[in-house]
Amino acid sequence: MPTRFPPAPTAVALLIAAFLLAFLVIPVATVVYVAFADGAGGFTLSHFQSFFGISLMRESFWNSLYVAGMSVVFATLIAVPLAYFTVRFQFRGAILIQTLGILPLIMPPFVGAVAMQLIFGRSGSVNLLLNDWFGVTVPIMDGLNGVIFVEAIHYFPFILMNMIVSLNNIDSSMEESAQNLGAFGLRLFRRIVFPLAMPGFVAGAALVFIKVFDDLGTPLVLHQTNLLAPQAFLRITSIGIEDPIGYVASVIMVAFSLFALWASAWFMRGKEYATMQRGYSGLARRRLTPGQSVLAYGWIVLVLLLVLAPHIGILLLSFGKVWSFSVLPDSFTLEHFISVVKDSPRMIWNTILYCGIAAALDVVIGTAIAYLILRTRVPGVRVLDFTATAALAIPGVVLAIGYLRTFRGWELPFADELFTSSWILIVIAYTVRRLPYALRSCTAALQQMHVSLEEAGENLGANKARTIRRIVVPLMIGGIMAGFVTSFMTAAVELSATIMLVTAQQDAPMSYGIYLFMQSAAGRGPGAALGVLAVVIVAIGTYVSHRIITSRSQVSQAHVVQNIGV
Amino acid sequence: MELNKVRVEIRNVSLAYGKTQVLRDVSANIEPGEFFALLGPSGSGKSTLLRLIAGFNQSQSGEVLIDGEDVSRVPPWKRNIGMVFQNYALWPHMTVAGNVAFGLEERRLPREDIRRKVAAALDLVGLSEYAARRPGQLSGGQQQRVAVARTIAIEPKVLLLDEPLSNLDAKLRVHMRVELLALQRKLGITTVFVTHDQEEALSISDRVAVLDGGIVQQIGTPMELYDRPANRFIANFVGTINFLPGTVSASAGGAVFDSPLTGKIALPVPAAPGRVEIALRPHSLRLAAARDNPARIWIDATVAEREFLGEFIRYKVRAGDQDLIVDEPHFPGTDVFQPGAMVSVAIQPDQIGVIPA
Repeated sequence: MPTRFPPAPTAVALLIAAFLLAFLVIPVATVVYVAFADGAGGFTLSHFQSFFGISLMRESFWNSLYVAGMSVVFATLIAVPLAYFTVRFQFRGAILIQTLGILPLIMPPFVGAVAMQLIFGRSGSVNLLLNDWFGVTVPIMDGLNGVIFVEAIHYFPFILMNMIVSLNNIDSSMEESAQNLGAFGLRLFRRIVFPLAMPGFVAGAALVFIKVFDDLGTPLVLHQTNLLAPQAFLRITSIGIEDPIGYVASVIMVAFSLFALWASAWFMRGKEYATMQRGYSGLARRRLTPGQSVLAYGWIVLVLLLVLAPHIGILLLSFGKVWSFSVLPDSFTLEHFISVVKDSPRMIWNTILYCGIAAALDVVIGTAIAYLILRTRVPGVRVLDFTATAALAIPGVVLAIGYLRTFRGWELPFADELFTSSWILIVIAYTVRRLPYALRSCTAALQQMHVSLEEAGENLGANKARTIRRIVVPLMIGGIMAGFVTSFMTAAVELSATIMLVTAQQDAPMSYGIYLFMQSAAGRGPGAALGVLAVVIVAIGTYVSHRIITSRSQVSQAHVVQNIGV
Repeated sequence: MELNKVRVEIRNVSLAYGKTQVLRDVSANIEPGEFFALLGPSGSGKSTLLRLIAGFNQSQSGEVLIDGEDVSRVPPWKRNIGMVFQNYALWPHMTVAGNVAFGLEERRLPREDIRRKVAAALDLVGLSEYAARRPGQLSGGQQQRVAVARTIAIEPKVLLLDEPLSNLDAKLRVHMRVELLALQRKLGITTVFVTHDQEEALSISDRVAVLDGGIVQQIGTPMELYDRPANRFIANFVGTINFLPGTVSASAGGAVFDSPLTGKIALPVPAAPGRVEIALRPHSLRLAAARDNPARIWIDATVAEREFLGEFIRYKVRAGDQDLIVDEPHFPGTDVFQPGAMVSVAIQPDQIGVIPA
């Protein structure tokens, strides 16, 4: 009778458990504890009372809900028709739409927000033109509208990609049988196709909600501080680590993120349709009629222009000399790039270093958890999976507050430095926050691999360790690389934890630099240049690893994107 | 529930996907109320033909007439032709009753009529108690009945069944095919049934069209196909058969077959002179230790292999350079030949079929 706790896997499981406990569970628990603890360590709701007693906090709370909800609505309006077009019809835009799915990964909303203001703002390009031509302006970027607009444009691909996957899983017979019974057109979509794609839609919508609800960078850059995340950040950074209001805001954010995840799971319970059946073939692709073509391409071009607006804007900004109250910059220059490369090479290097380490740790931990769950029977490993995935629901600002509070006053051994002001903590924050992506990717890769491939290895004389090294890892390498890329890319543009954990200029990564530059009108040029460099670095990294991945396995770029949509 | 009996005519239909020709000049006339099978190996075009009748693909030439009306330009949702899909295609987000009600709702029937018709359709397939269940909670056989009920509920002009039994286990398959036939007889609905299983096609169909390579090889009753196969493919595909090559020459008493193995045999059927193959069903042949009946044609052979199949023993014997399959009925105590044994094979002259070479 073999032991329930084989030594090697158990040791690995314990190591991972210790890491997650120290850097995820305890910090978050600390935040929750502080929010509910009175001075003597007893339970109290008084902090919540005072939180909701402050009108700014009440307003922030409702604003956050409003912004997140409206962002989901607008993202849906953009994403659902696009998803349906790509899956349902034969047309050339499919590749373009797949590419759209990657854009938000490469550039987070806060980077493009300033550019969006210059294009769509009150005195931005679009409104200047509208005013010239028709004498009207559209307040797209005013107040919370701006946040909703920027977030919806950046996050709709989460709904898009998830829905494409769901739609692709629908067997054509599901639709044909409905046609056979008399349904067609919009009714067919409403009664059969959309309900069957619901799992993907709900997963994507929940993700958009969480991302928007927790986003710190975009509201800060757009100077909309009457939202929860900015309030938590401002309370902690301006009043201090002791201020309980910041913790209450944090707890509310975590609660709503968890609620969104739970609600999507609850809504979909028992509805995870395995619609792929024998003789499976995805939805039949129809030819577009000329009229439909015009509509479809028109919609796609419109969306493409919107999605590319922040990117184009950032590019213009980085090369523009002065861009203010004009449709386009007055003249162009390389000045900003020169100054950035001269002044901030340290930031570029920091980003590569931090994100490289974090992504490497993520795939190691992700592979280990995947293997423990799928290939061993060590009791309790499911908890590791659950805990690591739960990091999705923890906003960066909350995690950072947890770190600052939990490790307050700790000193690093052999260095005369506080743990909370060390760059190591930034790397750990990245590792924890991006672990769910790498974990999904590694789990999927291992799931696709039949256990008999390993058994064949063992049967031919390789022990467990050698089987893992010679068979499992080589076969998983595509998924592992996909996980690495995803973690690296998303960590490179992480701002909400970064902004709180960076204490010294020389430790700052690019995301922090972009944010700092964007604060002042004079810094916009260099900030945009840094943003362009970040995009280029991430793009090069993506391309290189994509080449490695495709040369070694069939895992595609779409795979990377789907992982994000966990 | 008594439905109109409708004729389905397929006239000179050709269909290609890109460069792949799937159907070549296919014609068939399906009589009102008939249970008609489309039989063929995979890739023969049988499912494509069925989907053409349902309206899910378009032929390049030819037409499909239903009740005398060309439906080539009618979209699937306006055809009122019920189709039961191979995988049943039950919608997992609706209950059994919801699935069955769907087509009626699409037809904007009054609520009361829908309720009544759903109840009737479920009653017909014996699943009244399962109305509130989800398809995922049903067994394969029950799912199939729901699929049938859903299709019958709209009172279609024609019923199409796409390999309806292929997802069931062997026992259930035999049971369900009897049930399907009983249902079809009760409703009297013209039914077209696709299968790759010749036993299935022969056992329940009124007539069968055998397709291969997108071409109709033969249309006939099951017995006609078995007894008088039009060509080598049919003879081989429908049942098991032996072929012996030789030549036919005319004589005063009729056609005479000649081959080195058999010598001259007077054929029971007319045949044109020239090279032919004669076809021999395994159960029309007999094995014996010695030539005991001079009325038969005897050839010498060696037993190569033996399979015990219960009702009979299937021998593979070698005669000259020719392999023959012989089915010997089995009863307790009957002679059994061992592999390697020298035997004589008896051919009954009146059971010989002729396939033009």
